[in-house]
Amino acid sequence: MMWPEYVTVAALISIGLYGVMAKKNLMKIFIAISLMETGVNLLLITIGYIPEGTAPIENGNFVKYVDPLPQALVLTAIVIGLSVTALALTLLIRYHSKTGTLEYRRGMKW
Amino acid sequence: MRKVAAIVIASAFFAILLISFYQIPQSGYSGSEYYYSNPITGSHANESVPSHYISGTKNETGAVNAVTAIVVEYRGFDTLGEVTVLFTAATGVAFLLHKGKGGKKRAEANLILREGSKLVLPFILLAGAYIFIHGHLTPGGGFPGGAVIASGFLLMMLSYPKFFMKEKPVSITESFAGITFAVIGLLGLLFASSFLENFLPLGNAGYLLSAGIIPVIYIAIGFKVGSELSSIADKLKEVQK
Repeated sequence: MMWPEYVTVAALISIGLYGVMAKKNLMKIFIAISLMETGVNLLLITIGYIPEGTAPIENGNFVKYVDPLPQALVLTAIVIGLSVTALALTLLIRYHSKTGTLEYRRGMKW
Repeated sequence: MRKVAAIVIASAFFAILLISFYQIPQSGYSGSEYYYSNPITGSHANESVPSHYISGTKNETGAVNAVTAIVVEYRGFDTLGEVTVLFTAATGVAFLLHKGKGGKKRAEANLILREGSKLVLPFILLAGAYIFIHGHLTPGGGFPGGAVIASGFLLMMLSYPKFFMKEKPVSITESFAGITFAVIGLLGLLFASSFLENFLPLGNAGYLLSAGIIPVIYIAIGFKVGSELSSIADKLKEVQK
């Protein structure tokens, strides 16, 4: 059991959840969403890790390799997360130029 | 009130996550077989997927890096979708942020940053190209290499307020790289049996000219990601309000 990794994952996801719920500034909400994303990616990598494993690149002398599949999936997830962040920031720029604020308010028309 | 409730819910979620993580199977390797052991019942279950990927990487794809082989070869269709998502995001950014005239003028950066970035830019581009050309041999590949290239252009944008990406070359590079990816997939349909299947000779594993279509696709992805990320950075920089 790799406790440090799992505690880090739980902490990242919970801090992100707290940020999404408690903050009003949309920029901070996006940062919190990115934190949750990082936590999920770390969880996937941790599940695929085996003790004393190395990167799955063959170099002649065979050693333990970690599971390559979660790493490939996390590569995809990182790129998707980046796209979502870029689009969210763009929408935030439009929101700011329309309303002059970064705060989220209920029932706001823009 | 809102903050207290958020703290309570987040801590409860933290506890639930830790309890559920306790039941995640522990993966391990016993010399010949990957297995997952259940921490509660102690039972073992052999897992054939990772060992297939690791042993098949060299013989089936000719690549050395198993992650690259999965991303480009085994799950190549997934990567095509991923590139499409990135393309959609870049298009959305460009659509929402049409260039506005005027705005505040940014101050010129100081001499050291200006001259230093000019000096460093070719080496950053070279490092990015190295990363995506050697994607099947070393850690890295098209996505990190493209990000490194975009970071080089971002450095130029920081040091020169007037620096901008010309729209036409960027979009030509982007569409050409995307078309290369799709056409290689279609050629696989023509010369091999299925979409994105390898049809080039595998070569000697471990050398630069090996692994069939993997380097070609990763070079295309590198160009595509580099141009898309730098155009996103360029569009986000243009907004001055």
